[in-house]
Amino acid sequence: MADRAQPISFSIGAGIVAALAVPALILLTGAAVLLSAEGGSGLSSADWAAIRFTLFQAVLSAVLSVALAIPVARGLARRRFFGRGLLVTLLGAPFLLPVIVAVFGLLAVFGRGGLVNAALGFLGWPPISIYGLHGVVLAHVFFNMPLATRLILQGWAEIPAERFRLAATLGLDAKAVNRHLEWPMLKGVVPGAALLIFVICTTSFAVALILGGGPRATTVELAIYQAIRFDFDLGRAALLSLIQLVITACAALIALRFVNMAGVGAALDRPVRRWDADAWALRVLDGLTIVAATAFLAVPMAMVVARGLPAVLDLPGVVWTSVLTSLGIAAGSTILVVLAALAIGLAAVRLRQRGRYLEIAGLLAVAASPLVIGTGLFLLIFPFADPTRLALPVTALVNAIVTLPFALRALIPALRNVEADYGRLADTLNLTGWARMRLVVLPRIRKPLGFAAGLAAALSIGDLGVIALFADHDMATLPLQIYRLMGSYRMEEAGGATVLLLAMTFAVFYLFDRGLGRNADV
Amino acid sequence: MRFSILLAAGLLTATQSVAMDKPVLTVMTYDSFVSDWGPGPVIEVAFEETCDCDLQFVAAGDGAALLARIKLEGARSDADVVLGLDTNLTAAARDTGLFAPHGIQAEGLSLPMDWADAEFLPYDWGYFAFVHNTDLANVPASLAALADSDVSIVIQDPRSSTPGLGLLLWVKNAYGDKAADIWKGLSDNIVTVTPGWSEAYGLFLEGEADMVLSYTTSPAYHLIAEEDSSKAAAAFEEGHYMQIEVAGKLAATDQPELADAFLAFMLTDGFQSVIPTTNWMYPAKTPEDGLPDGFETLVTPETALLYPAEDAAAVRDTALEEWQTALSQ
Repeated sequence: MADRAQPISFSIGAGIVAALAVPALILLTGAAVLLSAEGGSGLSSADWAAIRFTLFQAVLSAVLSVALAIPVARGLARRRFFGRGLLVTLLGAPFLLPVIVAVFGLLAVFGRGGLVNAALGFLGWPPISIYGLHGVVLAHVFFNMPLATRLILQGWAEIPAERFRLAATLGLDAKAVNRHLEWPMLKGVVPGAALLIFVICTTSFAVALILGGGPRATTVELAIYQAIRFDFDLGRAALLSLIQLVITACAALIALRFVNMAGVGAALDRPVRRWDADAWALRVLDGLTIVAATAFLAVPMAMVVARGLPAVLDLPGVVWTSVLTSLGIAAGSTILVVLAALAIGLAAVRLRQRGRYLEIAGLLAVAASPLVIGTGLFLLIFPFADPTRLALPVTALVNAIVTLPFALRALIPALRNVEADYGRLADTLNLTGWARMRLVVLPRIRKPLGFAAGLAAALSIGDLGVIALFADHDMATLPLQIYRLMGSYRMEEAGGATVLLLAMTFAVFYLFDRGLGRNADV
Repeated sequence: MRFSILLAAGLLTATQSVAMDKPVLTVMTYDSFVSDWGPGPVIEVAFEETCDCDLQFVAAGDGAALLARIKLEGARSDADVVLGLDTNLTAAARDTGLFAPHGIQAEGLSLPMDWADAEFLPYDWGYFAFVHNTDLANVPASLAALADSDVSIVIQDPRSSTPGLGLLLWVKNAYGDKAADIWKGLSDNIVTVTPGWSEAYGLFLEGEADMVLSYTTSPAYHLIAEEDSSKAAAAFEEGHYMQIEVAGKLAATDQPELADAFLAFMLTDGFQSVIPTTNWMYPAKTPEDGLPDGFETLVTPETALLYPAEDAAAVRDTALEEWQTALSQ
């Protein structure tokens, strides 16, 4: 580290500041909530039950999502076929869906009147019920398996083509390639992906409640909801929120110990050909895996589209206004996310081991209760300004912070590889600052950067977020507008607006993901 | 970010320029009231014709979120009137000491019971009921019959939704100490519990359950807005728990006269005639022209159940515990 040129310390500084902004905001908002508490009660036995259930379903969801994502990612990594790029992008879509949309999509397939039960009925078999722990886990896998697939697929893409070429020359079969090339890569990528999904699932609220079938499936986030809304016990809300953060921090410390990706070697950035996977049986296996995963993820979305499409053209004007509002917020938060993620990522990579704490700091944002952040921001802003007037910038800011961890997870492995593979060469050439970014780093992280930006933009569009706490009549994002339509019995129009939301999130994601990542075959 | 700030700044100046010459009355309410399909926009126009003022709505989630928001803002609130609490929340709202007496003699109300509350005035009301498709066979005729039947239902979580809390109090009011048994009986009927009304009603329309907890007035929406007569509400022998939605004036208002004028306006036809087909509830004072066509087809319960505000607050925690225990087994 001592031989680093001076300008780097500036970028490390920027990264640390950006990373600290996240816990600072969480702590500030949490403290604001806590300070407004009057007395308040401790944790009840119901709260402990909620904590246990939260942990249990989150572990189950994370393990299953990742376990299922590995074969899918392997299949996609080994095969080249027409429409593969589009499919990879499409598979990212469930993760971007607003919760309620995904739930209705899943119910159209697995629900009482869904496709699966219709087929079972046709065969004369008893119907299955989606409600219960298995339903919660099913929904979480539906949401998060695509994310895991993308993160793991990226790991595959970062194994240099030359390695596979060498393996072929040495006559290694699929098993040997797996042991020497793929397994070490998976050890570096999987814990981070599983951790991220675990954390996402700990803050689940609507999915757990709707598909969990009742108070058995109470999560910590619902307990926070109850504390604020039902009991107005701000002290308990802050306490529960703190527990959620501690769980995340512990999980992060455990998982990131395993993240050990020291760079797999420099590459000529050539497309990969997989001689080891040419066997007929492997082709069938990969084909079936890809088809099954595509069906699992695409059919629910197709059902949502099919039901909502007829109403799209008759949507009232306000829905289109909220499309613009959502796009504005997404633009703002995407710029913020990309800048912050690059700053934190670069600093985390250069600080090596200690850099992990920066990533953990960023990760806390997923674990923070949106309701507590929103309430805290409200309390912080209220003495100085009318919070409803600041609804849009505040929503953009919170959306940015909440999506930051995803961008980090996508960017950091790529940045780490660039540093490991080209860092010394760049140092030798005395490439620093912007020139180093432009010539060495950016071209090599174009793909994950596009993915991260697309993710940030799409999540920001789809997130109901804090706007629900702040919005007034004229300012509504599209997800909020959908809730308003549903709340006025207008389920069909809500369905139409949902298709619009789906199209919009997907278009934005596609634009960044394919646009920035275009021609980047690595 | 910069774009958002510009946008926000633009909206800021836009709202301020309107507000400059006229006094502003700020009414804080729940989200669906101010949506373009709710009563808000029509009422805004109607009231502004009478007051030479600027009526602005501020929305805060649902009824329960509204109360949390009032408590968060306290006496510093810019709001003058709070509209959208129900009688299950008024005791807690009164305890904040933030509300002032309205001083209005509410006469000729069409509630099924007398109204005497110094701080809060009703603007609409309805009965909770289980709504079903008319082709459902063996519609249960009571809560007890529903608990014994194998009819599937979707309900809302009392911890996050006002109808969910309504059902909790309905069962408690009708069965007292035996409420826990009813919940035990209902537990195998409940397909799932949703965070709010919208999700539950959506699930029901998707065919996930035979019945959904909603209002006796819900079929009127389908009949009037969609010309669909396939939905009905089941009449229950125990009687139906009521929801009375109320508004009150904040003591710290800087527009006390306008706030009084708005509360008085609330019980006139300009406000009340909008309610049935936007909020899909019964108006607190039936307008001169009566209720819209289609409302006469609705179920009208023989017995109206309602805890007085103070009792509702007292019984809530016990009832919630019974509910949680019965459904967690």
